Amino acid sequence: MPKKKAPRKPKLAVWKFASCDGCQLSLLDCEDELLAIADAIDIAYFPEATRAVVRGPYDVSLVEGSITTSHDAERIHKIRRASKHLVTIGACATAGGIQALRNFQNVNEFISLVYAQPQYIETLKVSTPISYHVFVDYELHGCPINKVQLVEVLNAFLNNRRPVIPSHSVCVECKRQGTVCVMVAHGTPCLGPVTHAGCGALCPAYNRGCYGCYGPNDSPNTTSLADRFEHLGLDHAGIARSFRTFNANAAAFRHESEAHEHNI
Amino acid sequence: MEASAQQEEKPVAVEGGLRTGMINATEMQRLIDVLRKEGYQVLGPLLRDGAIVYDEVEAAGDLPAGWMDEQEGGVYHLKRRDDDALFGFAVGPHSWKRYLFPPMRRLWQAERKGKGKFRVIPEEETPQRRAFLGVRACELAAIAIQDRIFMQGPYVDPVYAARRQNTVIVAVNCGHAAATCFCASMDTGPQVRQGFDLALTEIVDAERHVFLVETGTETGAALLAKLEARPATNDDLAEARRIVERTAESMQRSLDTTDVHDLLLGNLDHPRWDEVADRCLACTNCTMVCPTCFCSTVEDLTDLSGKTAERVQLWDSCFSMQYSYIHGGSVRMSGMARYRQWLTHKLASWIDQFGTSGCVGCGRCITWCPVGIDLTEEVRAIRATAPPAPALEDESEY
Repeated sequence: MPKKKAPRKPKLAVWKFASCDGCQLSLLDCEDELLAIADAIDIAYFPEATRAVVRGPYDVSLVEGSITTSHDAERIHKIRRASKHLVTIGACATAGGIQALRNFQNVNEFISLVYAQPQYIETLKVSTPISYHVFVDYELHGCPINKVQLVEVLNAFLNNRRPVIPSHSVCVECKRQGTVCVMVAHGTPCLGPVTHAGCGALCPAYNRGCYGCYGPNDSPNTTSLADRFEHLGLDHAGIARSFRTFNANAAAFRHESEAHEHNI
Repeated sequence: MEASAQQEEKPVAVEGGLRTGMINATEMQRLIDVLRKEGYQVLGPLLRDGAIVYDEVEAAGDLPAGWMDEQEGGVYHLKRRDDDALFGFAVGPHSWKRYLFPPMRRLWQAERKGKGKFRVIPEEETPQRRAFLGVRACELAAIAIQDRIFMQGPYVDPVYAARRQNTVIVAVNCGHAAATCFCASMDTGPQVRQGFDLALTEIVDAERHVFLVETGTETGAALLAKLEARPATNDDLAEARRIVERTAESMQRSLDTTDVHDLLLGNLDHPRWDEVADRCLACTNCTMVCPTCFCSTVEDLTDLSGKTAERVQLWDSCFSMQYSYIHGGSVRMSGMARYRQWLTHKLASWIDQFGTSGCVGCGRCITWCPVGIDLTEEVRAIRATAPPAPALEDESEY
């Protein structure tokens, strides 16, 4: 191919599925870096920020949200076909999100309780992450994601390198910061030991246990942690509930909550 | 008993000036003032978030007077003492390593200079003069171990060395052992022996609240000279020794180090490793709180424009999956492999590597393990059920 004089800027698209918008807004929240981002990439499709649409294909697609309707289950395939790299952002897109709580119940019961006119609601029985449907190049965890990590992922894809996003526990972040362990010193149940780092160990720094917003880390021993929670006074319902939040459908958390649900 | 054997080696009155002295507890303020006046940032114990941590101490009032800790596997609690002892606790979640080998440090930055060229901007660190106040015997041993790692091998870490040279150490003999302490087994304490500028022994009872001050260096002697001290009598010295002896005797945990090197490396397939892995969270806490664990990783960061880059060094741990990542995947995929790597390194291959055990018996890994895994119990279990001494044919395979 002949070389072009001015290289084309990579095209970025941001797609929304079932989600709260919080993760894609992290991109707008990048205030200091936003101009650099806009300088380096062509924001081709980002309805949250602009109505202007640049046609695909796209170099990088950021996908927020989970698949909860048959329409979305088809739409994600079109996006995959139009994207060179597909990166999912946030707990919904990587694990199914808080809306995956439906996966443990009969969704029709929720619909009849929540909506005045349930007949207009058309939804799938389960909420599933994007990776259940299409190949995903990279999954960025968090509820919401950390904007610094988002910039790092974009940066890595733009520069053809691997993102520097550690997959170890939140405990590493606590210890590096010098935060006193809330579980050992206060007896507060904390999901930090089984949770993927990335938030900067925010909750323990404020004397709260980790809620597991970033989902399971690379080798979560949830069973041992759940035993400890029991020792600290949580009953089976409490343990099941602690694993059943934003990442309830992530395999390790799902298995642990189900193990305790059956003991209630 | 090891502890009493140590006391013979204790430095006592040495010729050529005041090498010991007695000060009132109220002199602690003067000691802090003197150090601060000489440009030292004084770091010491203080209460924070339900624990005794190390941070900057500006006045004696910052010290945790009248507090002690109660520790067990996975449990740490503060408790009121029935006296006003300033150092009446054992060790907390922090160790001095965070000041000598910081958790995060930028190594260098780089700047793009035209096509295909870049300039490296080295990180310049002006070492801050620091005084560590309240360093325990086990912690002195840990600092000596890290000195060996960072300064006495073929590759010297210049930043560590500079920080170390600018550090004054005020040690404290332990008057209280936590239930997780086992320094007597590791022959590192509770009596401080070397590596300090000043060593304090706190004597607090109904009649008096005083410190025996012993000097280990000329710097220490110069500091003592600036305090209002009276000479220590033989009774004072005897009382101070009794306190440390009592601490050694009250120590509840122990680790039998006899042939521990061959015991562990000869039992790499022992079923106990799988049992401990069932409990191990691989969360890295034991390595992060360990005062001798020295592993780090580097992360390279670039800006979006590709004009600048930087490399940072961060504490790392053999318990993380990424730690053993090489081409094709992680070498130690299972929690079992990672726990076994940690314990065999700490207690066995560390000896091959550095000539000493990597464990100083401070007990932090026991207390700060969220599920309370106790290495002394693990070693005991392996020893109890190990097949009779398998001869190691070739250690190099480990």
